[in-house]
Amino acid sequence: MYAELNSILNASPDNCKQGEFTLISDRKADASFLVHHFLSFYLRAGCKVCFLGLAQSFSHYSAVAQRLGVSLTQAKEKGQLVFYEGLKDCLGVLLREGSTHESPTLDFLRPHCSDLKGLYDFVSSSVARVGDAAGTGPWAPPVLLVDDLSVLLSLGVSAGAVLDFTHYCKATICTELQGNMVTLIRCEEEEEEQGDEQGSDVLLKGLIHQCSLALQVQGLLTGYCKHIHGEVEVWWRGVANGMQMQKKVLQYKVHDKGAVFFARGTSSVVL
Amino acid sequence: GTASAVCFGGSMAAPMKNTSAPAGLSFNSTSFQKKSRSKLVSIPGTRPSVQNGQLLVSTGVTSLDYVIGGGLAVGTLLLIEEDRYDSYSRMLLKYFLAEGVVCGHELFVASAWDHPDEILQELPAPILDDVASVTSMEDQAQSCDPDNPESMKIAWRYQNLPKVQTALASSARFGHYYDVSKTMDADILQRSKIHMFFLPEEAHSETGALSPMTEAYASLLKSIHGVIHKEGFDGATPQSKVRNIMRLGLHSLGSTLWGDDLCCREKPTHGHALTTFLYALRGLLRSSLTVAMVTIPSHLIQNRAVMGRITRLSDTAIALESFRGSDRETNPLYKDYHGLLHVRQVPHLNCLVCEVPDSKDLAFKLKRKQFTIEVIHFFFQKKNPFFGFSVSFLPLK
Repeated sequence: MYAELNSILNASPDNCKQGEFTLISDRKADASFLVHHFLSFYLRAGCKVCFLGLAQSFSHYSAVAQRLGVSLTQAKEKGQLVFYEGLKDCLGVLLREGSTHESPTLDFLRPHCSDLKGLYDFVSSSVARVGDAAGTGPWAPPVLLVDDLSVLLSLGVSAGAVLDFTHYCKATICTELQGNMVTLIRCEEEEEEQGDEQGSDVLLKGLIHQCSLALQVQGLLTGYCKHIHGEVEVWWRGVANGMQMQKKVLQYKVHDKGAVFFARGTSSVVL
Repeated sequence: GTASAVCFGGSMAAPMKNTSAPAGLSFNSTSFQKKSRSKLVSIPGTRPSVQNGQLLVSTGVTSLDYVIGGGLAVGTLLLIEEDRYDSYSRMLLKYFLAEGVVCGHELFVASAWDHPDEILQELPAPILDDVASVTSMEDQAQSCDPDNPESMKIAWRYQNLPKVQTALASSARFGHYYDVSKTMDADILQRSKIHMFFLPEEAHSETGALSPMTEAYASLLKSIHGVIHKEGFDGATPQSKVRNIMRLGLHSLGSTLWGDDLCCREKPTHGHALTTFLYALRGLLRSSLTVAMVTIPSHLIQNRAVMGRITRLSDTAIALESFRGSDRETNPLYKDYHGLLHVRQVPHLNCLVCEVPDSKDLAFKLKRKQFTIEVIHFFFQKKNPFFGFSVSFLPLK
């Protein structure tokens, strides 16, 4: 996890907030570095994490987590991390045409199914408390991380179905279980036309409305710069801790073991 | 000792076996295997990335390897946005396949228009200045074996092969040069194992109706998966099998010939057919010793959002913009070049960030013996400020 980002968000693994839905979005930039931050953050915080790794293989996330000082393999073995590897599972569905109901998680890839209920069922069973009726498992509170929702759009799921999914997840994880959610949505370079159902911009608007914290990452307007990879706008949307509706813009640079954040114009290269 | 399993999924992390073994020796030879405790055996035509130890192969174009960060990582996809007439993109595909033949890799060529055979007949001829290095290899092999009778002038491994082919017998060198005015000898080509997928000749099946892909993409996916599995590139075969790389060359995906209307309509009915295919392809690539090059006629795709998704579902992505037919063709500024090359995306797998050379303003030129890529710089001459300017081009190092 990135220490600077923790202080900006006033977050700490020893005392992480509850009921938070964090939305990460990017346009002309790659915000996946923030996904790795939150994954290592919540694992260190001792939360039970359900990670929908749709974009890359497990070994990729594992290798990066290693650099951030967290072992995904150990977390899985301990039962703290439930990792869903989308790439592996999709082949089972897309290659075995005709056979039904193996892995209902990716039901939306089958004809006549356009919702993400299967995916939601997977998530809710992963975060459900096992055994203890009092509701205090060794890991608390549960966290859902999704990398990333745009993959679902690429696989033909409509923006509406994705919003239904995040709505149900938020209700279960954030509200009911007092856990947290972090999702990434990747947007196109140009603004899309109005009314485009498949569009990531439509989805983005809906997600911003649902979330309590939005981290919107953009590439620099002036183009690629080696020392400043982009800008992130932090938008506190939730009602908690008096930061409601505040925005803050920072520039960032990703390096081998983390990321640094600084106010606009204060990059060490510039000063 | 037993060599451990090779790591898959684009995560060919260091440590690599040290390269002290003489170049060209196959990893089956006893002197190599006995001492080997490494987790990764050395495959001809590959090298570890200096940045993160990932296993790289050459695209067949040395300057392109440089621009994309040293080479193509095994387990990843290189997307090439075709130039308007698919002349230079097709050339890059041929370099990629030719490099595969020269390195002894296995090939899978898919096309919906020209028969893959036609593409293979056009592969450029490798420039064989490797003969000198092979000779020293032979001497080395000879000196290692005191029992070798003096009458044998070449190493025992090569004795049954005609001398002209020894340069390519097991070329472990990374990256080669080609003469595009000549085509590759048929006998060199024949020594490679090549799989072909020609859409018009494939049997029609009902798969298309059962998945978000078009029937053509579903059929192609199934064929690729079948070959990967059957030939053991996904680790299915036992350890004793010689490890190799499979190169997939997929021509002009997204065009109407693949049953896709992505190139005809702004709001295509098959808007996610190709993206679904690319996602599944990523799944196959990450779990096998394969590397893929896909060309697409992006200049025909009107929906920019879909183009963005296609790019993100690829790993490395470049676009070629040819000057032919445009007013730049006669512009003296560009007279030494055939077009511009745009690096759209470079992956950072298994790490947070990857160092890549600054790649703005790149131009390419296809020369007989080299496909060059250079940065364009414009310098203004101070002497005659009213008369225009002189232009200087700085080549990449």
